[in-house]
Amino acid sequence: MSFSKYKDQPLIKNVSRRDILKGIVSGGGFVVAAQFLPRMAVADGGSVNQYKTGADGMPGGVVWNPQVFVSIAKDGTVTIVSHRSEMGTGSRTSLPMVVADEMEADWSKVKIVQAEGDEPKYGNQDTDGSRSVRHFIQPMRWCGAATRNMLEQAGAVYFTCSNMEVRAENHKVVHVPSGKSVGYGELADIAATMKVPSLKQIALKDPKDFRYMGKGNVQLYDMRDITMGTATYAQDVHVDGMKFAVVARPPVLGGKAVKWDEAAAMKVPGVIKVIPINGTPMPAKFAPLGGVAVVANSTWAALKGREALKVQWDDGPNKVYDSVKFKAAMAEQARRPGKIERNEGDFEAAVKTADKVIEREYYVPHGSHATMEPPAAVAKVAGGKAEVWACVQSPGGTRGDVASTLGIPEKDVRVNVTLLGGGFGRKSKCDFALEAALLSKAMGGTPIKVVWTREDDIQHAFYHSVSYQHVTAAIDKNKKVIAWRQRSVSPSLMSNFMPDPKRESALELGLGLIDTPFNVPNLRLETGEAVAHTRIGWFRSVNNIPHAFAMQSMIGELAAELGKDPKDFLLEMIGPGRIVDPRKTVTSELWNYGDPFETYPIDTARMRAVVERVAKEAGWGKKLPKGEGMGIAVQRSFQTYVASVVHVKVDGKGNVEVPRVDSCIDCGFHINPERIHSQIEGAAVMGLSIAKLTQITFKDGRVQQSNFHDYPVLRIGQGAMDVRTYIMPHPPEVPAAGVGEPGVPPFAPAFCNAIFAATGKRIRELPLGDQLSA
Amino acid sequence: MKLKVNQQDRSYEGDPQMPLMWYLRDELGLTGTKFGCGTGLCGACTVHVDGKAARACVTPMADLSGKSVTTIEGLSADGNHPVQKAWRSANVPQCGYCQPGQIMNAAALIAANKNPSDAQILEGMQGNICRCGCYQRIFAAIKTAAKEA
Ligand code: FES
Ligand code: FES
Repeated sequence: MSFSKYKDQPLIKNVSRRDILKGIVSGGGFVVAAQFLPRMAVADGGSVNQYKTGADGMPGGVVWNPQVFVSIAKDGTVTIVSHRSEMGTGSRTSLPMVVADEMEADWSKVKIVQAEGDEPKYGNQDTDGSRSVRHFIQPMRWCGAATRNMLEQAGAVYFTCSNMEVRAENHKVVHVPSGKSVGYGELADIAATMKVPSLKQIALKDPKDFRYMGKGNVQLYDMRDITMGTATYAQDVHVDGMKFAVVARPPVLGGKAVKWDEAAAMKVPGVIKVIPINGTPMPAKFAPLGGVAVVANSTWAALKGREALKVQWDDGPNKVYDSVKFKAAMAEQARRPGKIERNEGDFEAAVKTADKVIEREYYVPHGSHATMEPPAAVAKVAGGKAEVWACVQSPGGTRGDVASTLGIPEKDVRVNVTLLGGGFGRKSKCDFALEAALLSKAMGGTPIKVVWTREDDIQHAFYHSVSYQHVTAAIDKNKKVIAWRQRSVSPSLMSNFMPDPKRESALELGLGLIDTPFNVPNLRLETGEAVAHTRIGWFRSVNNIPHAFAMQSMIGELAAELGKDPKDFLLEMIGPGRIVDPRKTVTSELWNYGDPFETYPIDTARMRAVVERVAKEAGWGKKLPKGEGMGIAVQRSFQTYVASVVHVKVDGKGNVEVPRVDSCIDCGFHINPERIHSQIEGAAVMGLSIAKLTQITFKDGRVQQSNFHDYPVLRIGQGAMDVRTYIMPHPPEVPAAGVGEPGVPPFAPAFCNAIFAATGKRIRELPLGDQLSA
Repeated sequence: MKLKVNQQDRSYEGDPQMPLMWYLRDELGLTGTKFGCGTGLCGACTVHVDGKAARACVTPMADLSGKSVTTIEGLSADGNHPVQKAWRSANVPQCGYCQPGQIMNAAALIAANKNPSDAQILEGMQGNICRCGCYQRIFAAIKTAAKEA
């Protein structure tokens, strides 16, 4: 998701590079100069298959100009720009692979360079919302096809023949009548003089001619560097003359440092300076939390200096935040009539006629992303200009935020994007880069690297929101669910952007609550009020986690209550294959992940299909030994349908093993099946962490966890070691959808449904922890 | 004090309490040794000290006098240690940040036990967190590497 205020900027030339970042190749030196052309309008219709996505509405919109993304050197090396951040999903490989395939490039001759933050030039760069392929598969295909077209035109010039007589093929242009060919490198000079064709002038490849798309034969571009330890993340950046900083941040949101022992910190050998940083009252977007920074000659000295500071804090009003009390307050809200967000039929009337009414409550705590690489950034701010190196998911937004923080124009800010050691939404918020920029400015232009420790990361995240869900279902004599009411109470992430939003926003409601496809005649979805006392952020699949946990667990509960098979009952609740359109029955708007509903409707036929396929693959219904069970759940999120069957084994002491997970994903047309498998495997591991282990709690406004000893994430062998992924095949006409996030939401409910099947115990609060052994 | 890093002689005169991780990362620029937790809980900083896996974030420089440290950069000259090769053929990494530590830990594990059982692999890799969740492939890659080592 993007909340960047950043809009299209006047077209500018790149600021020159003042420092060369180790490990990241600088562009330049190629024959086709990446000349800056105005953004091209995306024409309607044309000879290419096209569907509308929300990409045009994002900051920077869509750019597909080959002169921005592709350059060809005389030796034939093709350099393709990756404009989205790489945080583990593989988009830095997959999108250039699409360009390469369409332009008939040989992947072994392709180099990838990472774009700096520049959305007017590259189009939107917010690498979140599972959007990279969803929004850019078409533009990257156009870009590759346009490049191929230009190379073919160049080939026609080279062979002095008509365009009809040449064909691009595997890094060469072939003169068909004679069978002679010329390499792309030799054509680069001529191709550079060709006009970029319009969308109407290009033709996309026939899927039968794909070399890489859909094949899984392309390896992660950075594989070798990663396995040799030479891949560069923000924590690894070194700039000449750089000093190191760590920051003591207020333990309570909105708190202020009132006193600190500067002299003690300065006594630590290597410490250079102590610099207070101002906080910004909420809503503060991504502004630094404030506190006191220690700048030193090494990370170690900075850490020792920070210890010596012994800061005293004025905590401010959020000191009241206490997770135990807050849970009780949310429960109370959830038991009262809330604000109606979607309404169909007459819930109250249906309840009166019901044979049975079942009420259940579900709780999901705060979570922290705990990216393996804690946040880090280097900044050099001098002479009214800024250069930043950071592990940000939002290079364009970061550029805007650095500019406004420093009060300089965006054209004077360059944001270099490193590899990200995990993102999961945390690194969409550039507070750490802003800290580096402020400190470099305060140091008179010395490059400053801000290092976040694991403790900093766990205690100062933008947390996955805590949530309480109250569900009421009414059943008639025929064992049919005739009414469903779900009340959702959860502090909103909009609290970063507006004063007290009070309840989930349209955006959060669209994440698995008001977009539910259930086939229930009397359906009501409500929200209750909740105040944010900490920074709430988006975390891989966001509110889909609590919404799906409650809905899909409740389905399991009702199936048991009615004596129906959980898979059959899930299909019954989904109803027949149809397009569900809640747009007329929602109170405000149906946020469809920012995309047009027509392109990405809610299609229950596809939802049914993933359920049926995964059940079949997992051997649903087979007899299992005592203490074992399978659970099933499905969720549509980020325009993708994922159903999972989790198999658990519970021993007499309540220890749970997860010997196998089966997941079926329908993400429309898919281009990199190998990376889809890895994302679904990773989603199962993260899902199991959420279901079993992780929670952030507050007391006196302070986070009570600090590192992996008290915020344990899943380790090897603790389950989900055998994850099997099935991908629904589709042609390119079926719009590509998200992959990074959609594997997560079904996991926790499928896991808890499996525990019920194995033990008869129903888990309604995450994480599982020791609930089975207690 | 003297030590060896990736076969090269080094001398160190700084704070003896500074963890090896910061020496490697900040002073030698060997950033393949990653900072993940700083407290010995995640394995991202795994190196070999005299051939045995060690967490560089909790190994003070004082302990390294006369010792030989190998980092991911020194694991093999060409990046083709059997573990590195197995990692690539199993397409293990996602973000990649934990992987140098995983590889160093796995290499030490296989060096000490040419034929580890499944349980020994899981036990030996317990200390290395992968937040992206590549465990299934890490396990498979170690089995392959053990066969080939
Ligand atoms: S950084 Fe050393 S074990 Fe985590
Ligand atoms: S690959 Fe990202 S933490 Fe392991």
